[in-house]
Amino acid sequence: MIKVRSLHKKYHGRAVVKDVSFDIQEGKVTSFIGPNGAGKSTVLSLMSRLIALDSGTIEIAGKDISAWHTTALSKKLGILKQSNDIHVRLTVQELVAFGRFPYSQGRLNTEDHTAIAHALDFMDLGAIADRYLDELSGGQKQRAYIAMIIAQETDYILLDEPLNNLDIKHSIQMMKMLNRLALEKGKTIIVVLHDINFSASYSDYIIAMKDGRVIKEGIAKDIIQADILKSIYDIDLRVESFGKCQVCLYH
Amino acid sequence: MKKIIILAIIAMILTLLYLFYGIDAEIFQYSFMKRLPQAIAIGVTATAIAIATLLFQTITNNRILTPSILGFDAIYLFIQTILVVFFTKFAGNFVNETVNFILSLVIMVGFSLLLFSSIFKEKYNIHTLLLVGIVFGTLFRSMTGFLLMILDPNEFGLLQGRMFASFNNIKTELLLIVIVGFLLLIPFIYDEWKKMDVFLLGKDVATNLGVDYQKTSKKFFIVISILISAATALVGPLTFLGVIVVNLAYEIMQTYKHKYIGLAAVLICVSALMGGQLIVERVFNFNITLTVIINLVGGIYFLTLLMKGRKA
Repeated sequence: MIKVRSLHKKYHGRAVVKDVSFDIQEGKVTSFIGPNGAGKSTVLSLMSRLIALDSGTIEIAGKDISAWHTTALSKKLGILKQSNDIHVRLTVQELVAFGRFPYSQGRLNTEDHTAIAHALDFMDLGAIADRYLDELSGGQKQRAYIAMIIAQETDYILLDEPLNNLDIKHSIQMMKMLNRLALEKGKTIIVVLHDINFSASYSDYIIAMKDGRVIKEGIAKDIIQADILKSIYDIDLRVESFGKCQVCLYH
Repeated sequence: MKKIIILAIIAMILTLLYLFYGIDAEIFQYSFMKRLPQAIAIGVTATAIAIATLLFQTITNNRILTPSILGFDAIYLFIQTILVVFFTKFAGNFVNETVNFILSLVIMVGFSLLLFSSIFKEKYNIHTLLLVGIVFGTLFRSMTGFLLMILDPNEFGLLQGRMFASFNNIKTELLLIVIVGFLLLIPFIYDEWKKMDVFLLGKDVATNLGVDYQKTSKKFFIVISILISAATALVGPLTFLGVIVVNLAYEIMQTYKHKYIGLAAVLICVSALMGGQLIVERVFNFNITLTVIINLVGGIYFLTLLMKGRKA
């Protein structure tokens, strides 16, 4: 379980995360929604020690984030941010192999190779494993990065807008894949999403943020309500029932 | 790796040529003992420059930078000028080689560490560091320029010999100090070396993969400053060579792995310096400096790189 309590973060005197507290359930898909600048990505970066917190506590698997050794944490929690610019030429296979660094420190053994092959397979990258990243489309690149996180074999997987650059087909595949990871392997998935409907249909729990605060959290049915969405996004949105899901219309 | 072996053979041949070509059989022992320390100095300097540049480029995530951007060369020239101005003008005799070396080394390492620590105290930002380095470099260069104005031609002549890299008068005891110093650095960075590959993926990914980015880059900055300071204090400003050899190493090896790139860069650097020095000593009879040859060859290489890049 990840427990976050009264988290604060300021950038140059401007508070971007204010008094944020929540719990992340094990083995579930939790998604963060909210307008741009709500602090979702910052919370994700704080939870994965990419940036230092100003005050508050983050407890990962019963241990405070500051007490974790960074290498030990890298076997427990994997994070992928939105933009990843690298300046070297790597093949998909080489990139995914980096996911094994916490275990192998660069020297791959059979176990590592199995994990890499498995991750490539899981993300359907077998056919392009030997292609260079700079020759790939945005979506393929995105999947390659996620394969690296999967090869890392962490219990917690944090993804910042994983649907960026993906078309509808691959977005759906990605969300189904994340659900499978949670269901079959008991992984805890935490994603930032912009598409409310994706969030509603594929996540077990939704945390809505606005202006650096958590303003609402709960299961999809409780969040996807016209009045709640209005309070999050400040615009009128229509919510319709469609089968057993709530669908939000925003066009 | 076949390519590494070929590079090693080339470096070996050039080293042997440098040691034995045109050696006088009559005074073989004397000539050999004179050439050997120079060859060792070339090897040590080449290693320092190649490794420091490779590390620096990886940490700054930029393939066209050299550590000299932090102003190492400028500080070195400034120290040399100051020494000439004060000791020759006022004390009447030129300062002792060993004192000069140690003084230069201590000041350069001290200054770069000061520069780094002031940056590291704040929120860590590599671009600020580079910018501050450039500004200080310019400052030192201007001060050097000013001091040069007040020198008389004799003193200027004294100084000129130190403004270009040279392997001709290496003191054996200084060489020993440098070699021992470098060997002491190895355990300090041995464990960190394999993290360099991960550094190529950027700060966030490296952190995710369990690398303490801040701590590791601090360590490497210290190593870089020691390597570059020692190499410069030993033979003079030569750091620009690093950009050429590291880029060549990437070009030849076609990999991202630092153990191969590092080895290849060192071998290329040894070959370049041995070859260059061979030409300077045996072909031109010391009529030109090594710097001129390296700038010429390196410049041509860089132009071809640019032309190739434009086509692609």
